Amino acid sequence: MYSFEPSDEQKLLIETARRFATDELRKAAHEAEEKKEFPLPLINKGWELGILHASIPEAYGGFGERSALTGALAAEEFAYGDLAGAFAIGTPSLFALPILLAGSEEQKKQHLPAVIAAEWKPYTAALVEPAFDFDPNDLKTTAKAEGSDYILTGEKTLVPFAAQAEMMIVFAKLENETKGFIVPKGAAGLQVQEEREKWMGLNALPFHRVKLDGVKVPASNLLPGDFAPVLDASRLAVAAMAVGVAKAAFEYSRDYAKERDVFGVKVAQKQAIAFMFAEMATEIEAIRLLAWEAAWAIDNKKEDASQKAYLALTGAIDMAMMVTDRAVQILGGHGYIRDHPVELWMRNGRGFATFTGLAMV
Amino acid sequence: MIDFEIPEKIAGIRNVVETVAVNMMRPVSRYFDEHEHEIPWDYINFMHTATRAMGGSSMAASEGKKEGPRFGFQRLAVMVEMLSWGDAGIYLDTPGGMLGSAAVSATGTPEQKERFLARFRGEKPTFDAMCMTEPHCGSDTASIRTTAVLDKEKNEWVLNGEKIFVTAGHKALLDSEGFIVVWATIDPSAGRAGMRPFVVEAGTPGCQVTNMEYKMGIRASDTVTVVLQDCRIPFENILGSPEVITEKSSTSFKGAMATFDATRPIVAAQAIGLARATLELLKEMLAERGVTIRYGLPRQKLTSIEKDVIDMEIMLRSAWWLVLKAVWMMDNGKPNALESSMAKVRAGDVVNRITQKAVEIMGPLGYSREYLLEKWFRDAKISDIYEGTGQINRLVVARQLLGYRSSELR
Ligand SMILES: Cc1cc2nc3c(=O)[nH]c(=O)nc-3n(C[C@H](O)[C@H](O)[C@H](O)COP(=O)(O)OP(=O)(O)OC[C@H]3O[C@@H](n4cnc5c(N)ncnc54)[C@H](O)[C@@H]3O)c2cc1C
Repeated sequence: MYSFEPSDEQKLLIETARRFATDELRKAAHEAEEKKEFPLPLINKGWELGILHASIPEAYGGFGERSALTGALAAEEFAYGDLAGAFAIGTPSLFALPILLAGSEEQKKQHLPAVIAAEWKPYTAALVEPAFDFDPNDLKTTAKAEGSDYILTGEKTLVPFAAQAEMMIVFAKLENETKGFIVPKGAAGLQVQEEREKWMGLNALPFHRVKLDGVKVPASNLLPGDFAPVLDASRLAVAAMAVGVAKAAFEYSRDYAKERDVFGVKVAQKQAIAFMFAEMATEIEAIRLLAWEAAWAIDNKKEDASQKAYLALTGAIDMAMMVTDRAVQILGGHGYIRDHPVELWMRNGRGFATFTGLAMV
Repeated sequence: MIDFEIPEKIAGIRNVVETVAVNMMRPVSRYFDEHEHEIPWDYINFMHTATRAMGGSSMAASEGKKEGPRFGFQRLAVMVEMLSWGDAGIYLDTPGGMLGSAAVSATGTPEQKERFLARFRGEKPTFDAMCMTEPHCGSDTASIRTTAVLDKEKNEWVLNGEKIFVTAGHKALLDSEGFIVVWATIDPSAGRAGMRPFVVEAGTPGCQVTNMEYKMGIRASDTVTVVLQDCRIPFENILGSPEVITEKSSTSFKGAMATFDATRPIVAAQAIGLARATLELLKEMLAERGVTIRYGLPRQKLTSIEKDVIDMEIMLRSAWWLVLKAVWMMDNGKPNALESSMAKVRAGDVVNRITQKAVEIMGPLGYSREYLLEKWFRDAKISDIYEGTGQINRLVVARQLLGYRSSELR
């Protein structure tokens, strides 16, 4: 039966996450971006809200069942506060969710409790590769069986917190299929470039290039399950976050346009601007519903869940660009100045075309 | 709890309607496109018999006050989507109460609802229509000039004016014992506050159909001019309660707006059905020619056709959820003025972009009248025009987002 209303529990979560996003993340965002560092205490505070913990069953130290939908609702709120903060807080999910979704029983028992037991720790994952036609289902990084080991070879980019990470999941192509491998810190042949990568946005986060020069891991480090659910989890998360960023840009530019005078009226009273708002809000809501549908399809194990997650993200990429671009436009020259957040959101907005692998729900 | 599963009951009806669309609409689509002003009686009679057999007077959404969740508008949206998938023009010929009835339902008293809507349960298919637009004004509804003057002695209203672009006006007034809802002013100086809806029944002297339009698309649907010349109707044919009638207030205008909250998502559903038909046919035609769509690839690896089709899919699905959310809110008694106009804006855009792109992609095959793509391209355009143009609906959305009255954002 159709319904577009979150459960009471979800509403509570949305409210909590939104409060944290508004009161804490948003306020820290500018300085974090400029100083190129996201404050660890804040990451921990977000971590303590327990979004990941709620996705992990009790048997592995958590206190819930994973719900992609609930995760997506939270992801939107966090990203509404600040995208870098949302990514930072969620980074351990990049390690935990692939294990939860594609790992063996032993792997789950061994790793999940460690990730969620204590404070936020930089567990991470390496998916993206430095190529214009990067395709998560056709990776250039390879895995080859050698006796009872696998040898990983290739190059990864955009790996968050790679330099500090205790462990990471490296995704590689094994006989034409993408598979995840658990790679511990300091594994022979694992070269994490010390210098941080530089991106158009997300300067608050440490990203690193990772080279795999014949990294040898035991067969027991291969996640046996399919990659598809992992990719779906990431596409959905990124789509939901795009909605959050777009919503932030929409609201900020709306409030500004209602204050600013031009030619004797408020900017927002000009149809050319008002119509932009109508379209922005409509587009945001449309893509939000598409993301919810994908999440619902994932949770209900619908056959076309992967296609839905793909469509949701593909739509979200364009939506986020359109909305954040217009937000800057609506502020005029002031939008271009870094004192206002809209230019940061626009830089982040373009990134959604590249961020698959940086979040999972 | 968020849920995207179609309710079982609606799914059942949807299947039935699909059969109608496939068997009774598609085969005659082209014929009625090429024989403008002919009436698809087979379809009409079938629909009338079928709705009667199912115990309903019309497809209209009112369900009474039953316990439990309400589905009326969701069901209606799903049915309309499917009928329009069959044929957007023929769908508009569906008997049994459309826009006129929506106005009666939204603004009429219980007595009026019974008096005017009972006819749809009768033996013969019956139609209604809604007359707002006049030669000099369409979007600017508050400027209508049709007047209603009360003749106190006879206790009758006297209507004078000209209404254009009346959908199904011919069928409501000349092909059945239907009625039209005429918006007129009881005080031309009062603007919106003077506007009132009146019911004029078929056969009323002084009410004449004077013209039938020839159109770009939806040619199976008649669009007529209605001239009211000293047209006398009983006092009781003014819709609404007596206070509303006598006081100078904009309650009636708000009534019209409330009608739109209910009808805009339905017009949007019509757009979605047509868009879905187009996308399905496009994919079929491409597949027959060896082009399949590889979902899941990064954009950089897709062909331009694949990108277009994937974008269409995104537009279509997301717009459909906007429509469903708007009707779901309607069913659940939540104010949905924002959502219903959003749905209309988006669906109007989407159906045009999809049909226009489809004709482009198929090249000469798209442009040819051998296939329905070109017809659907023509049918699509109306979705961005009636029931509030794209611009007007953007205004409605923007005013609500920005908290502006119409005087603050014109
Ligand atoms: C096939 C068909 C069926 C119809 N059926 C019915 C029916 O059953 N009943 C009925 O009453 N009417 C009906 N209409 C009329 C329809 O609702 C109007 O045509 C429509 O509302 C637009 O009015 P208009 O044609 O007078 O255009 P105008 O109001 O003259 O508008 C011209 C242009 O200006 C734009 N515009 C207008 N105001 C603004 C503004 N404030 N800001 C920005 N842009 C603006 C419009 O969007 C449009 O692009 C039908 C029309 C057609 C073509």
